[in-house]
Amino acid sequence: MKTIVCIKQVPDTAEVRINPETNTLIRDGVPSIINPYDMHAIEAGLYIKEKTGGSVTVLTMGPPQAETALRYAISMGVDDAVLLTDRAFAGSDTCATAYILSKAIEQLGVDIIICGKQAIDGDTAQVSPEIAEFLDIPHIAYIRKFDDIKNDRIVVQRLMDEGYDLVESSLPVLLTVVRELNDPRMPSLKGKIAAKKAEVKKMSASDIGAGEDDIGLKGSPTQVRNIFAPGTTKDRKILEGAAEEQVDLLLKELTELKCL
Amino acid sequence: MFIRIQKDKCSGCETCIDSCPYDAIVMKDGKAEINELCQICSACLSVCPEGAITETEENSDKKEKGQGAGVWVFAEQRDGRLADVSLELLGVGGMLAEKRGAELSAVLFGSTEKEADELIKWGADRVYHCSAEIFSRFNDEAYSRLLSDLIRQYRPEIVLAGATPAGRSFIPRVAARLRTGLTADCTSLDIDSETGNLLQVRPAFGGNIMAAILCPHTRPQMATVRPRVMKRSEYDSGRKGAIIKVTADNITSRTNVIETVKEVSGAALNLQEANIIVAGGRGTDGQKGFDLLFELAGVLNASVAASRAAVDEGWIPYRHQVGQTGKTVGPKLYIACGISGAVQHLVGMQSSDIIVAINKNPDAPIFNVANYCISGDLFEIVPMLTKKLKEVKGL
Ligand SMILES: Cc1cc2nc3c(=O)[nH]c(=O)nc-3n(C[C@H](O)[C@H](O)[C@H](O)COP(=O)(O)OP(=O)(O)OC[C@H]3O[C@@H](n4cnc5c(N)ncnc54)[C@H](O)[C@@H]3O)c2cc1C
Ligand SMILES: Nc1ncnc2c1ncn2[C@@H]1O[C@H](COP(=O)(O)O)[C@@H](O)[C@H]1O
Repeated sequence: MKTIVCIKQVPDTAEVRINPETNTLIRDGVPSIINPYDMHAIEAGLYIKEKTGGSVTVLTMGPPQAETALRYAISMGVDDAVLLTDRAFAGSDTCATAYILSKAIEQLGVDIIICGKQAIDGDTAQVSPEIAEFLDIPHIAYIRKFDDIKNDRIVVQRLMDEGYDLVESSLPVLLTVVRELNDPRMPSLKGKIAAKKAEVKKMSASDIGAGEDDIGLKGSPTQVRNIFAPGTTKDRKILEGAAEEQVDLLLKELTELKCL
Repeated sequence: MFIRIQKDKCSGCETCIDSCPYDAIVMKDGKAEINELCQICSACLSVCPEGAITETEENSDKKEKGQGAGVWVFAEQRDGRLADVSLELLGVGGMLAEKRGAELSAVLFGSTEKEADELIKWGADRVYHCSAEIFSRFNDEAYSRLLSDLIRQYRPEIVLAGATPAGRSFIPRVAARLRTGLTADCTSLDIDSETGNLLQVRPAFGGNIMAAILCPHTRPQMATVRPRVMKRSEYDSGRKGAIIKVTADNITSRTNVIETVKEVSGAALNLQEANIIVAGGRGTDGQKGFDLLFELAGVLNASVAASRAAVDEGWIPYRHQVGQTGKTVGPKLYIACGISGAVQHLVGMQSSDIIVAINKNPDAPIFNVANYCISGDLFEIVPMLTKKLKEVKGL
């Protein structure tokens, strides 16, 4: 089985703040991590390899620094790493990103593509189904368990609002994974050595045959008009006094609002 | 208002053809011409090097409000019943349609004509309904194929869907198929008064910032909206509209749902339907604190929710978790007890009508979003609240 895992390097979002004066992101000193959901995707790729043989490739589109994320994946045990990096990719929205990744995947060839449920910077969860559509293959989102993996068919549990669906699909297929699926392993010593020595394959826009109208800002239908800090509530009341007074006041107000 | 090309000025350079998101400009006898697909989006106005394209008030071939243009809402159903988010989408969709002077349509896959009729009563002017068997259960490929076919045929300018597991899974395929933009998880939608474009606001970076997104050059403009964020419109049992039957020939899928298993107990389902929620965080300090919350919830007929910290501690199961990685709720009243108000929690409950926060720390960020701020010890406040409520209610 040939598996490709798509991973993204993201800022550790819990720490990203906005400068309220300039409305720009304060990203200085915010550490970069592998998108947490993608860690589960890597683990899923390794699991499939252990079950069926074959190979696992990690793929990312990003700036040259994203190589760090790929090397970490190698230390966990994946076989190859591919970095899609090109100035022309900058400014890509989910549509353009998915197009770029799909062009690379087309070249690499694949049976199973695994992505995280979503990336924690944008939280869109759009890139993966869009990759599947560009490749014209089926996808199953929110996998929480593998039930069966065969050469031409896969059966998995898909997490839904009220429970789960048991879903089967033909191959090739794209899967997105949730945290419940597995516990990502730690790098082994052997893995760490391999990660140091491994060669990361780099590919540019022309390597994957991506047209300039389909990538970067030009290939992105959506545009960010502006960003701003989340507002605070305007009608805010700070209740004063001893505990009992506060409780009485609250009950009075809530009764007037017919909330109770 | 409509768009006109002055034939005498047109040089036949074809620059305008690519600028049109609706393929509404065609070449005829060496000159550009605008056909009936025009949505008056104005995208072509500025591109003509000869200044031959103008906007005029004449109504010679004014577009009929209705077919072709308009706002679409994907109405999700579960086991044949309309999902609440579908009705919420009709609420915001109606507002957008009114601002655009256009019709509001709903698309319903699976389910019955009775539910299609319900959509009209909740505000749809027309409903595209396909009752073919393959649509009774959610299926990514079948759903995305038919929805994109319908969009290509009728060309709505805006398409909205719920940011539910199903919506977030198949709507991106539709957007990719149509090569148009999609904005996930919007918390507010409006029409930009200058350009007529859809203004989409969504949280990013775990809710630390808000971003306003546009999709200026391609159509339709697509967005998913979190359940419980938008308000429904009024139900009008006398409302009339058109139901358009849609057939689905040749629609197949390479995935197949073998079985659907329901696991979630009533309590957690109730969370998203609940009018009142009592929520606890790390400040509850375990079982003892949650016991107090359950008692208060009992008196209020409320459901109990929790922060991730409380869930991670194992004090309450995951299905009670509210926030970025839990549920999004929007009750009339949300009482947060011992919750600091991390953004990841706030994105899941911010749209509650009234928020009461009880916290020992007067600087806790939860107080930034609360309507009523009680700085105090929950172990003192909550039992007192329960006792007084019991008195009021005569329990
Ligand atoms: C990717 C990611 C996703 C996340 N998703 C979610 C999510 O979906 N939902 C979520 O909730 N969190 C989520 N988190 C975690 C989030 O960042 C916070 O860590 C979490 O919400 C904190 O929970 P808390 O407020 O209960 O705990 P704390 O932050 O520890 O706050 C406890 C509060 O209780 C108060 N307190 C203590 N004792 C008392 C008392 N006796 N009386 C009154 N007040 C008291 C304290 O003053 C403090 O404000 C996520 C984090 C990340 C990185
Ligand atoms: N630039 C990227 N490079 C590789 N994979 C990506 C990239 N962006 C997104 N993905 C994959 O798509 C998933 C969903 O991302 P998103 O749609 O941004 O929430 C991630 O978990 C990754 O698996």
